[in-house]
Amino acid sequence: MKLTPVLSANWGDERPWTLDGYGDYAAARKALAMDPDAVIALVKDSGLRGRGGAGFPTGNKWGFIPQGDGKPHYLVVNADESEPGTCKDIPLMLANPHVLLEGIVIASYAIRANHAFIYVRGEVLHVVRRLHAAVQEAYAAGILGADALGTGYALDVVVHAGAGAYICGEETALLDSLEGYRGQPRLRPPFPAVEGLYASPTVINNVESIASVPAIVANGVEWFREFGTEKSPGFTLYSLSGHVARPGQYEAPLGVTLRELLDVAGGVRAGHELKFWTPGGSSTPILTAEHLDVPLDYEGVGAAGSMLGTKALQIFDDTTCVVRAVLRWTEFYAHESCGKCTPCREGTYWMVQILERLEKGEGDAQDIDTLLDACDNILGRSFCALGDGATSPITSSVQYFKDEYIAHWEQRGCPFDPSAATLFATGA
Amino acid sequence: MTIPDVTRDEARQLMARYPKPRSALLPMLHLVQSVEGYVTPAGIGMCAELLGLTKAEVGAVATFYTMYKRRPVGDYHVGVCTNTLCAVMGGDAIYDTLKDHLGITQQNGVTDDARVSLEHIECNAACDYAPVVMVNWEFFDNQTPESAKQLVDDLRDGKQVRPTRGADAVVTWKEAERVLAGFYDGRADEGAAAGPATLEGLKLAERSSR
Repeated sequence: MKLTPVLSANWGDERPWTLDGYGDYAAARKALAMDPDAVIALVKDSGLRGRGGAGFPTGNKWGFIPQGDGKPHYLVVNADESEPGTCKDIPLMLANPHVLLEGIVIASYAIRANHAFIYVRGEVLHVVRRLHAAVQEAYAAGILGADALGTGYALDVVVHAGAGAYICGEETALLDSLEGYRGQPRLRPPFPAVEGLYASPTVINNVESIASVPAIVANGVEWFREFGTEKSPGFTLYSLSGHVARPGQYEAPLGVTLRELLDVAGGVRAGHELKFWTPGGSSTPILTAEHLDVPLDYEGVGAAGSMLGTKALQIFDDTTCVVRAVLRWTEFYAHESCGKCTPCREGTYWMVQILERLEKGEGDAQDIDTLLDACDNILGRSFCALGDGATSPITSSVQYFKDEYIAHWEQRGCPFDPSAATLFATGA
Repeated sequence: MTIPDVTRDEARQLMARYPKPRSALLPMLHLVQSVEGYVTPAGIGMCAELLGLTKAEVGAVATFYTMYKRRPVGDYHVGVCTNTLCAVMGGDAIYDTLKDHLGITQQNGVTDDARVSLEHIECNAACDYAPVVMVNWEFFDNQTPESAKQLVDDLRDGKQVRPTRGADAVVTWKEAERVLAGFYDGRADEGAAAGPATLEGLKLAERSSR
């Protein structure tokens, strides 16, 4: 396997977060000399798929924006990276905010938006600083403003810090939050492309998706399609974390396998075996060692019964109690459920209590059935995917590790020592 | 308590940044915290008045988001990630250690000297640096119970504390909230571009292409 740093290529350079350290926005200049529809066509042809989890084709999203409708159009960048395990957009913006801005210029121009927003989660102070500084530099250099890049095209960009709510990573909840409301998802249709921010046509794209655009414009469709697979073209950031020798960001073509990634990352923690992992955050069903050779692209992971999601590969070794892990994720979903839809609000609350009982060794076989029944009543029954995500760790862990649930009540307690799983465990 | 006029003017500046003024409500609540330390009734009143909303409408928004505090926090607000991955890697042990060490028993509790408050937080997008601790939303990567104890001791002693990936020194809670409100403090050029884990893949690629 070959690593292919494109997004991450300049992260080791001198002050890559400054305009001087970044470059001259050549891709944006090229795009702004093109017809906007030609820019949309280019991104469509590249096959770039959304990197925020769903994998929807980015160019198609842009193409849904009605043109000549007389309404203002908006671009909103979803920088609310909060899915457990996901840690790619934050380091990207910390090291290289200008590539995001350049992508914003190109995307906004293509969809005929004069206003773009970066909705960044609030809990990352230095990233917020780097974004503000980059936007200020871009205005001063005439890249943004009333006459962007001297083309007569007007573009304003606002950096907007959120305030701590996982749900705001859901695109319609993000829009409500950006409008100054509680972040709760909206019923669709109408989709944001028709009625998004302020009920106007709006494109919402993930940071990595937008940051991938300048390289596509600069190097062309064929170049981009040399990476990855037919249906999942391009390169992407795989984020390895947990019980792995060298956790970090590994940029590679779509379709690599976890075995290949672990190989370059030094393998699972010395002296231990891979037990389970998430392919793309906690909302994607867990996989096991039998899935080491699954191609990590949208189709491959889907065929294995999970989702590529955000490519957040959280690695857990044989010291980890799967029931404890799932309980903690479920507590997270219960905490972050916005409360709008009853199945998610009530279901996550009850599932936490059942899992607590199971983890303490006070559960029984009936509890597993009740858990799965609750999952059935949440999945697909709420406005957004938060509730669906909450069921993923539960159903997948019961599928692969039912014996471990049983061991908890048979042994009247958790069979694992949590201190053995820590990175500072003796002998770890 | 009333909100100073200069803060009202700044709130109006925030409102002017958006096509519709209500979009400034989240930044305005950050601004309130930068002055008051938390979301006070006076702060809610200011937001309501300037945006033409009821206090209940503003309160409904403020209470939805965990970064808005309803009671004062310390000058240095410490967040320990206890979401699954960090918890398993040691976040639970760090959080328990800090609770004991600081004598804090509840979420967002504050030390007697009002210097430090403690919260267990959800995933902060730094999983490749687990276990992670945040201070006023700056990253402290790869923590242990011992390093975290030292960190809060230094904060209580008034020593300058440097984040792993962030500015040269941690600013106070109120100063951080001011940046989050949208008033940049000019510190973006401090600190590194990336930590070691961020560069792991890039370094490997560079080595193999040589």
